[in-house]
Amino acid sequence: MSGMSELYQNVILEHNRSPRNYRAMPDASHTAQGDNPLCGDQVTVWVRLAGDRIDDVSFQGAGCAISKASASLMTGAVKGKTRAEADVLFERFHRLITGGLAADERETLGKLAVFSGVSEFPVRVKCASLAWHALKSALNGRSA
Amino acid sequence: MTAPAAAPPLDVDRVRQDFPILSERVRGKPLVYLDNAATSQKPRAVIDAVSRFYATENANVHRGVHYLSERATVAYDEVRARVARFLNAPSPETIVFTRGTTEAINLVAQSWARGTLRPGDEILVTGMEHHSNLVPWQLVAAQTGAVVRAVPITDAGELDLRAFDGLLTDRTRLLAAVHVSNALGTINPVRWMVSRAHERGIVTLIDGAQSVPHLPVDVQAIGCDFFAFSGHKVFGPTGVGALYGRAELLEGMPPWQGGGDMIESVTLEHSTWARPPARFEAGTPMIAEVIGLGAALDYVETIGHAPIGTWEEELLAYATERFRGLDGVRLVGTAREKASVLSFLVEGVHPHDVGAVLDDDGIAIRAGHHCAQPVMRRLGIPATARASFAFYNTRDEVDALVRGVERVRRVFA
Repeated sequence: MSGMSELYQNVILEHNRSPRNYRAMPDASHTAQGDNPLCGDQVTVWVRLAGDRIDDVSFQGAGCAISKASASLMTGAVKGKTRAEADVLFERFHRLITGGLAADERETLGKLAVFSGVSEFPVRVKCASLAWHALKSALNGRSA
Repeated sequence: MTAPAAAPPLDVDRVRQDFPILSERVRGKPLVYLDNAATSQKPRAVIDAVSRFYATENANVHRGVHYLSERATVAYDEVRARVARFLNAPSPETIVFTRGTTEAINLVAQSWARGTLRPGDEILVTGMEHHSNLVPWQLVAAQTGAVVRAVPITDAGELDLRAFDGLLTDRTRLLAAVHVSNALGTINPVRWMVSRAHERGIVTLIDGAQSVPHLPVDVQAIGCDFFAFSGHKVFGPTGVGALYGRAELLEGMPPWQGGGDMIESVTLEHSTWARPPARFEAGTPMIAEVIGLGAALDYVETIGHAPIGTWEEELLAYATERFRGLDGVRLVGTAREKASVLSFLVEGVHPHDVGAVLDDDGIAIRAGHHCAQPVMRRLGIPATARASFAFYNTRDEVDALVRGVERVRRVFA
């Protein structure tokens, strides 16, 4: 497979076409916006916490297929997780897209592993991690 | 611009051999370089001039009495005269070397505008400026209390010239306008705009970063007070550009950076300034780059502005026609007067993804806001994909681009 088809795997193309949890969340407990000033990509992430657990998570924004699919898959991956579990996921995901994740750890990422091709395209790392950074600032920052 | 009918046609295959990089392969495919508005490729003549300088002539300028320093000084100052001829400036002393267009504009902002503008004065720019001809004015406006206003643009990406007239007021002190839009390719009627501004005694600056590579520029015919351009976009090295300034204005302007080479005499308490252009060239300049710029301008004039213009117009017309035949593709920027820039959108596909798929075919384009966010905002789009052509591009490369865009449509269908 060439680098390009590795980057745009079918799961990514499909989530780009039909992103999951693509909606505003009026009763969110936390929210944050992520911007990539280099390319103008922008995403807003909403979270509703129940105690320490992510009860619901959603996003909206404008960006490339990588950033949109990443946000979509992220919402699926962190829903129901505790904040600490979400942190661990992000840390692993970040190592995946920067090429620093061992193969056995990759299996723990589930569907998120489709972003492994990003590591060959360093300029796209920001696209893939935009929503994750927004999620992190939402959870660490002000309440909605 | 139209070339005289007698202009000999450009031999593209021959010209391509002057550019070593055009024989490179990227991602296993022959390079199709269509990002010329970002930076142009360099002919062998420029690469050789820079390495020859370092290999056999390197010395500092305006300092030594030794042989090499004298030679370097002569060569450096000859390029100043070369740039003056290229722009039809009245004398070499009206040419200040800078790192590029951005630095040239910042020089005018901090040296001329900062001491001239008063609270409530107006700086008029256009809605299609590159950030480099907008942010320096916002900075100086904040320093002086002046206000930045902008000429609106139409949906086609042309200036609204009726609005322009209304925006020239008794408070307008400066018109700073782009000659050719980097994002849209629009060629603005700068000669007419300058004359309208001058009727009101308004000082004018033209950002020529994108015009110098494509059009013959005559600063005296345009009539502007300042004109800025970058070497790397006109087939020269990065890190060098020039500011043309009308002699009377330059004479009255204070230095904006202090250091060696820009002084007349220095005591511990006080210094007096050298006359322009030295006053504005503090420190050791980019000597090798200036030498390379001279070689680039020689090269462009050897090829000839007329054949370059004719060929680029043909390429743009051909590319425009091919793109109009593509489903789900929209051109952004359809001004009547355009340089060879094709900004476009593929329906449902973000420009970055367009760029990534084309890159896989060895095709280099730009995707993004092109450092012209106000243009994007005005047109209601986050970004575009942009192919920009130089005279060494071919119809085959346009065809490769079209095939690439068709592939984009298939991948994201």
